[in-house]
Amino acid sequence: MTDGLFTDDPPRLLGGRCDTCGHHHFPRLDDCPYCGAATVVDAVLSDHGTLWGWTTVTALPPGALGTVPYGFGVVELPEGLRVITRLALPDDSWTFGQRMRLRIAEIGADEDGVAVATWEFAP
Amino acid sequence: MTAVAIAGIGIHPFGRFPDRTVTNMGVAAVRAALADAGIDATDRPGFQAAFCGTAYSGVAAGHKVLGALARTGMPIVDIEAGCASGGAALQLAAGAIRAGQYDTVLVFGMEKMPKGIIRSSFFEPWREEAGLAATPAYFALRAQRLMRERGITKDDLARVVVKNRAHGAHNPDAMYRSETTADTVLGSRVVCEPLHLHMLCSPNEGAAAVVLRRSDLVAGDAVRLDAAVLRSHLPGSVLGEATPLAGIDDTDITPPSTLAAEAAYAEAGIGPDDVGVAEVQDTDAARELLGWEELGLCPPGEQAAILASGDAALGGRRPVNPSGGLLSKGEPLGASALGQVVELTRQLRGTAGARQVEGARVALAHTVGRGANASVTILSR
Repeated sequence: MTDGLFTDDPPRLLGGRCDTCGHHHFPRLDDCPYCGAATVVDAVLSDHGTLWGWTTVTALPPGALGTVPYGFGVVELPEGLRVITRLALPDDSWTFGQRMRLRIAEIGADEDGVAVATWEFAP
Repeated sequence: MTAVAIAGIGIHPFGRFPDRTVTNMGVAAVRAALADAGIDATDRPGFQAAFCGTAYSGVAAGHKVLGALARTGMPIVDIEAGCASGGAALQLAAGAIRAGQYDTVLVFGMEKMPKGIIRSSFFEPWREEAGLAATPAYFALRAQRLMRERGITKDDLARVVVKNRAHGAHNPDAMYRSETTADTVLGSRVVCEPLHLHMLCSPNEGAAAVVLRRSDLVAGDAVRLDAAVLRSHLPGSVLGEATPLAGIDDTDITPPSTLAAEAAYAEAGIGPDDVGVAEVQDTDAARELLGWEELGLCPPGEQAAILASGDAALGGRRPVNPSGGLLSKGEPLGASALGQVVELTRQLRGTAGARQVEGARVALAHTVGRGANASVTILSR
């Protein structure tokens, strides 16, 4: 996985905050993706949020490691940011707005056999 | 400003053709469009520029097609704009004629899509590895939000498929030419909840071509191209076709399809109420319903009532996707926008056969896809 996206202990997503427009973004960029200002500072994003949308992936997408099914959706962070994320199944009882917590999970191994981890949210 | 007419149209059916190359299909569509425009074998090259929309055909794809027809020497421009590639080509061609640069321009698009979920170099390898390049899952999330915000049900999504497949049953150029039922749609396997397999279009193969000409050089009552607009996304929407990894509150962000529609209505000097027939991107059933409101064809939240009324079906007040849409035709990216133009030109000419929309005088075509790109084309007669 590309460095700089998240830390695993504690589990946190590494984003940016624009000093000009105040919006947070993820992943961290040099210029604000919403207003274009070059006034971005590091922002360690909240490790929890609320569920904004969810589905289940039933066929492994091209290039993906690991197995199906897995949850996929959007979690809204307190910073006002909606993040695309894997979600921990099962999702039978999920509701819009329910609280979700970030964790780091191993999803498989790359071609050299090295374990690959990414972020996901779970209830 | 110089007006632009549709002088000729041609299409290679959309489907799966294991024994044909993408060049073969492009040649077939271009040959048909040139013949329809009255450009014969002695009239070479017959046009002063060519714009080719395609996403997966590789380097110089348009040159290969025109090389196979021995019609080269003019500028040939290959254009990639995702699902709107053909619309992008059309905009450039129309603009060049209006500016007085050319009298006659060939526009074509073709594709031979890989099978299964579309792999796109759009996504970084780490995003693919993490399973975050799951294209149908993005469609599903967009569908879920639309259902929640607009009071749309899975039964409504099935109705879109039933409507379009009923239209497609009359289209010899479509891949699926049989009607279906809501029970069959809802009985097909779930790909990504709430989307079932039959609610998703199939990436496939095909080609379409259009000859544009200065309208004062076209005899008779030709179909006019009143607007050909391409727009891209504004930042912020997490589920927009730009497919970012994060977004912000999107309620005030105008989607690219609306940007394109508003510009196209202004260019054509009409409003959405003037549109009598439309082809609206139906990558999945929910995408068509989102398109209706993005294009101003229905107030937000009216989708279910319009579906129930039959207004959007053949014989209704304003049929949408009389060709059968991508749900019937399948989606060869570079060809899909021009396939819509071919359909709507037939509708306005009154040559659409069993799927003819009676009395249509103004037609609108819409494509939207990765990039994000959105194109809106308005035709009239």
